[in-house]
Amino acid sequence: MNDRSNRRGGLLEKARIRLRVNGEEREVLAPVHHTLLEVLREELGLPGTKHGCELGECGTCTVLVGGQPVLSCLTLPVECEGREVTTVEGLAAGGALHPLQQAFAELGSAQCGYCIPGFLLSAAALLRERPSPTRQEIAEATAGNLCRCTGYLKILEAIELAAARMRSRMENASD
Amino acid sequence: MEDTGTTVVGERVRRPDAPDKVKGTALYIDDLALSGSLWGAVLRSPHAHARITRLDVARARTIPGVRAVLTARDIPGRNLIPMIQSDWPVLAAEFVRHVGEAVALVAAESRDLAAEALRTIAVEYERLPALLDMEEALRAGEVMAHWKVRRGDVQSALGRGDLVVVEGTYRTPYQEHAYIEPNGMIGVPDGRGGVIVYGSMQCPFYVQKAVASALGCDLARARVVQTVTGGGFGGKEDAPSAPGAQVALLAHATGRPVRLILSREEDMAVMSKRHPGRVRMRTAATRDGELVAVEVDYLLDGGAYATLSPVVLFRGTVHACGPYRIPNARVESRVVRTHKVPCGAFRGFGEPQVVFACESQMDRLAERLGMDPLMLRLKNALGEGDETITGHKLTSSVGFRDVLDRVAASSDWSRKRAEYARDAGPVRRGIGLAACYYGVGLGALGKHLNPAGASLVVAGDGSVTVAVGTTEIGQGMITVLSQIAAEALGCPVELVHVVEPDTSRVPDSGPTVASRTTVMSGNAIRDAAAKIRAAMEPVIADSGLSWREAVALCAQKQVGLAAHGWAVPPAITFDLETGQGEAYMYYTFSANVVEVEVDTETGETRALAVHSGHDTGKVINPTTGEGQVEGGVVQGLGYALVEEHALKDGRILNDQFSTYIIPTPLDVPEIRPILVEHPYAWGPYGAKGLGETPVIAVAPAVTAAIHHAAGIRLDEIPATPERVWAALQAKNAGPTASRP
Repeated sequence: MNDRSNRRGGLLEKARIRLRVNGEEREVLAPVHHTLLEVLREELGLPGTKHGCELGECGTCTVLVGGQPVLSCLTLPVECEGREVTTVEGLAAGGALHPLQQAFAELGSAQCGYCIPGFLLSAAALLRERPSPTRQEIAEATAGNLCRCTGYLKILEAIELAAARMRSRMENASD
Repeated sequence: MEDTGTTVVGERVRRPDAPDKVKGTALYIDDLALSGSLWGAVLRSPHAHARITRLDVARARTIPGVRAVLTARDIPGRNLIPMIQSDWPVLAAEFVRHVGEAVALVAAESRDLAAEALRTIAVEYERLPALLDMEEALRAGEVMAHWKVRRGDVQSALGRGDLVVVEGTYRTPYQEHAYIEPNGMIGVPDGRGGVIVYGSMQCPFYVQKAVASALGCDLARARVVQTVTGGGFGGKEDAPSAPGAQVALLAHATGRPVRLILSREEDMAVMSKRHPGRVRMRTAATRDGELVAVEVDYLLDGGAYATLSPVVLFRGTVHACGPYRIPNARVESRVVRTHKVPCGAFRGFGEPQVVFACESQMDRLAERLGMDPLMLRLKNALGEGDETITGHKLTSSVGFRDVLDRVAASSDWSRKRAEYARDAGPVRRGIGLAACYYGVGLGALGKHLNPAGASLVVAGDGSVTVAVGTTEIGQGMITVLSQIAAEALGCPVELVHVVEPDTSRVPDSGPTVASRTTVMSGNAIRDAAAKIRAAMEPVIADSGLSWREAVALCAQKQVGLAAHGWAVPPAITFDLETGQGEAYMYYTFSANVVEVEVDTETGETRALAVHSGHDTGKVINPTTGEGQVEGGVVQGLGYALVEEHALKDGRILNDQFSTYIIPTPLDVPEIRPILVEHPYAWGPYGAKGLGETPVIAVAPAVTAAIHHAAGIRLDEIPATPERVWAALQAKNAGPTASRP
């Protein structure tokens, strides 16, 4: 890891943090004031989580902690100890894209793509709790995620498509 | 193998860049080189206008871990960014002319050390009076550029006395591009006196010129590579030249890779914006609705440096009167210099401001004439054989009337116009219309940048590397150009790989702007593909081979399959003194019908539906086309309803997303993209381009719908609840307050 920030005489205090990220136990030494976003990107080598404002306003850095969407730019890693952290890198299961990822790619929902990891995780959390959300519920669940390219419609449509596929998959599994 | 016409062009081919983007593995600039590179940071002016009386970096340079602290004196090359008027310093030398202007650069081993170095620089300013108002700047003679259009005789026409004349003054605000990825660059020394710059950008060749100029090196030593870019909208056209040059200076000075990634607040405070505008307009028509004369006085606030303001103004000038037949037109336009953040390119490029005025005038005129606003447009719509106000005779590909018919049909215009007018009660619906046209490409002022190149290399397995000088910024360039390459070569689209733009691969291909990419890079690809096909044909003859078999046979016969392509558009002529001539090569046409709901008790306006029609020529990919329309419409709704900057003493007060509001998923209405295909002969497969029109004519359609719903005219946007409510109060206060 990069400990150059400590070169000027220990003014920056570092802490040992244990996290469970995408199903894997990870232990890192990071400056105590660094956010979960910084630790994920800079210490854990997971750059899929993006910084858009680092003020908790754009939703681009959304990850799941214990299955709930949180803004990683406003979260300190110590708050996440002992809880499962899921980033976009953890969405695909064994090389197969998550139905949300598949639907986003199919419908052209990712244009510049920068906001997409955050949308995927907000949507994943929604679909876990509500497998058949209405358009309004989808819009409410993703209202904290900003996108400037798509006008949102292809994103909302992809979430609906993924939800339908996940439902039919579950129905088939239970047949 | 045979030429199969368009088998790939026109299809909903999936974006080749989508898998990486949904997996989170696409690497944007801030995702590269996370260790080993230095952190760059910029000391910025807190004042709108001041003289730098002391700038002492000695102490900052002594901090362990700080590797460079640079001021204007440390620039080995020229301290001006090359661009139209080249008035924009890389680092302020004696004066600062806007809040946020770069004063010094640091590179340090960590972000925290870079911040500490900035705090340690001793700088003192003598504050000077600041020019913050565009009208005041105009009175002070601070004019950066002045254009005009002279057609017919407006004065005599207005003096006729038998015409219906409407008049208004319209104001439009700053608009933030609000790309979700902030600007960022990484500079890597090339070991031979130059720097390779990687970054988020639209225009690698602009950044290349800025880097070479600042370093004083050959263009070939200033190699620029675009990384995956998280949105642009014009905001990464001119503005990235500054961080590009700055990061190159730091990399050059330290001999180390340096990253310079802007924070959101920094990006909003110092990067370019849409110019605030003020338009005065008089529009005259006969009593049966034939347009006779239009007079326009158009003013833009350019900010401290010219960047692209002269060409932004030019586009607004020549499009100021809309896509209509107008025998007499007089346009006077100016962009003025103020002590505020430099404004620059933004999707629509000087049109949204003046189109808001022009189309509001058309709605007013229709009301005065007692005429349906759609009928007024149809009566005056440009068609084939007609001339624009610059005297440009349009000979083909003028689909404006079709666009109007299609948006009217989609929205059930006549029925809803009557039905919504009967709404009673506090919440009322309204339906409004606005239109525009858009000269594609760089036009009369930018034609020296017009040509574009492409390099095609066919590998032994039949896969094709396509390099172009234009960029993917989310609009779908990679997808569309892959389709054009596959179509032109006759190969499967899955085998086409469009690589990241790199200034070392193709000649200067101009900027990725003005909806020009599909046509210019597309034609360059077709040129290269034709050369490759010409090399292949004698080898394969009519042997019915598949693409891969044909490529293998060529390899066996030692026939090389690689070519450079070059596209140069047809020449145009224009006279800047009279504003007459071919302002642009050709035009796209657009119209929006917007349905809204206005709460007359709170002033809140909600968009219900947008029927957005565009004559874009042949649509290469309907999915990316719809994406451009939906995204542009929502950006236009933001401009119409919520987006604006508040400034105090030249400082932007709302420099974050909690205070600068953009539409969210909850604010999106039904949007019906309507793509009308009037082919353009010189465009690849008849394509014209689509990036810009979706944003342009949204705001005036929204305010026309608000007028239809609530009987109030808004001459200033955004139509915030406060503004709507105030207009309703004024209307209710008495008939004199309600303007005709």
